Amino acid sequence: MKARRGTVLLHIALVLGAVITLVPLAWMVSASFMLTGEASSYPPRLVPSAATLDNYRALFTRMRIGRSFLNSTIVSVSITVLSVLFNSMAGYAFAKLRFRGRDRLFGLLLGALVIPTQIGMLPLFLMMKTAGLVNTYWGVILPSAASIFGIFLMRQFMSSIPDDLLDAARIDGASELRIYWSIVLPLARPILVTLALFTFMASWNDFMWPLIVLTGEDKYILPVAIATLSGEHAQDIELMMASSVLTILPVLILFIALQRYYIAGLMMGSVKG
Amino acid sequence: MRNESRAAALFLAPAMLVIFVLFLLPAAASLLLSVTDFDIYALADTSNVRFVGASNYQALFGDSVFWRALRNTLYFAGLGGPLTVMIALASALLVNAKLTRFKSLFRTIYFAPVVTSLVAVSIVFRYVFHVRVGLLNQLFEALGLAPIDWLGDPRFAMPAIVVLAVWKNFGYSMIIFVAGLQSIPEELYEAARIDGAGRLQQFRHVTIPMLGPTFLFVGIVTAVGYLQLFAEPYVMTPDGGPLKSTLSVVMLMYEQGFRWWSLGYAAAIAFVLFVVIALATVIQFRLQTARDRAAASAARAAKIVEGEA
Repeated sequence: MKARRGTVLLHIALVLGAVITLVPLAWMVSASFMLTGEASSYPPRLVPSAATLDNYRALFTRMRIGRSFLNSTIVSVSITVLSVLFNSMAGYAFAKLRFRGRDRLFGLLLGALVIPTQIGMLPLFLMMKTAGLVNTYWGVILPSAASIFGIFLMRQFMSSIPDDLLDAARIDGASELRIYWSIVLPLARPILVTLALFTFMASWNDFMWPLIVLTGEDKYILPVAIATLSGEHAQDIELMMASSVLTILPVLILFIALQRYYIAGLMMGSVKG
Repeated sequence: MRNESRAAALFLAPAMLVIFVLFLLPAAASLLLSVTDFDIYALADTSNVRFVGASNYQALFGDSVFWRALRNTLYFAGLGGPLTVMIALASALLVNAKLTRFKSLFRTIYFAPVVTSLVAVSIVFRYVFHVRVGLLNQLFEALGLAPIDWLGDPRFAMPAIVVLAVWKNFGYSMIIFVAGLQSIPEELYEAARIDGAGRLQQFRHVTIPMLGPTFLFVGIVTAVGYLQLFAEPYVMTPDGGPLKSTLSVVMLMYEQGFRWWSLGYAAAIAFVLFVVIALATVIQFRLQTARDRAAASAARAAKIVEGEA
């Protein structure tokens, strides 16, 4: 009987936690379908009286959020493709290729994880300005084309690939590039999916650097666009909720569909190898 | 061997190029920038730049706005960090409990805020905290409490941002804790049970010590992230909040560097932030090592007593 009561209490706590976690998001979705002014009416409404797509329509027509959506997609896909390629190559080198200074270099990179990203943004902006990359896609893509954490994750996983497999291929005369492409990459597919997921989400949600380097509305990615919108349309709650939904939805769907990979990758990154 | 070395250079080149040229080099250059008077005139013509030694730092430490921003940021991290870790541990224990059903559903729900865009949820929470129509005050009124002007009251503005940060981030640390909990060998709990330890004692003497490294990891990741507070106040209180109570160090850096173009001054702010983050990391390391050492010597003492009994 005691165990029964314990179980009930346990699940009550879990459900309460779930409700608290979901309520802001649920309200966001609900308000996005409300008529203008409904969300701030008194007495307060929790569900729309007559669900409407007006807010979404306004975003795509008057505010041209479709452009920002496209920018986000272009930037995030580019960053994901490039960084998965670059990080996996570097991770493989650190894990399986023998060269001088390998461990020292890797240790240096790990130490650099302490450095906050903001500290480089000022000179980086000047560099981008000199290179003519301010307000361009490349200005946002290039700094994220590789990451220390990504290399770390790749190395963790690839360390477990048996050396004999690779040495056998070398004896057969396969080039290192061939080994990487035909043996290592297929074996690393789960971790590649995980890294791609991490990277896509992080780049989709990235805010500060895109805010700095993108100076024209036509290049804004979604977070920057809606931050600007929220300054101009602070009173229009329903419109802002719709813009938040649009920004959150793609990544949330991706996460729910592929959560197995995401959570597994997170755990792998945190447990000491 | 040589083949591998050559291949290694090729494989490393793209990533190393990006990391060195676009991250490490600018980080080092920031130090250089902080000892110059680079400002809007230098932006137009670089020959206007002068070397000014430590005067940016002197100005910084004499600026009350900077100290306000630093205090705000430390308050945010000091309040939000432990809160996040505790709630993360609590939810990890709940989700990981043997009797829990629908484990992965709850895990997904608790983790969902982590993948959302910080800007998007800051926009949502700006309205959740609205003094008249916000969800939180609606709840307060339903419970018979007086509404609070969350974002307008200097006492509650930063706590409001803490609430947002904890909501958004606890799921991440929860997953790390779940991994840590699952790595504790069952035999340790059995041994404790044989020695007569109740559930609470098992928690104190097995779970907590074994989670030492996990606490360290979660503590550092959370503290480092929170010290970089930017998006939440930028979106929710763009003017720095009531009596500048939500102005953060990174916000100040952004304002000085990219609104006023005082890049030299802003670089000094960035470097000070770096030092604070490095200190927070080192302090946590030391604390955890001391704790581990104390736990180890306590365990040894217990063994000795047992041996004599």
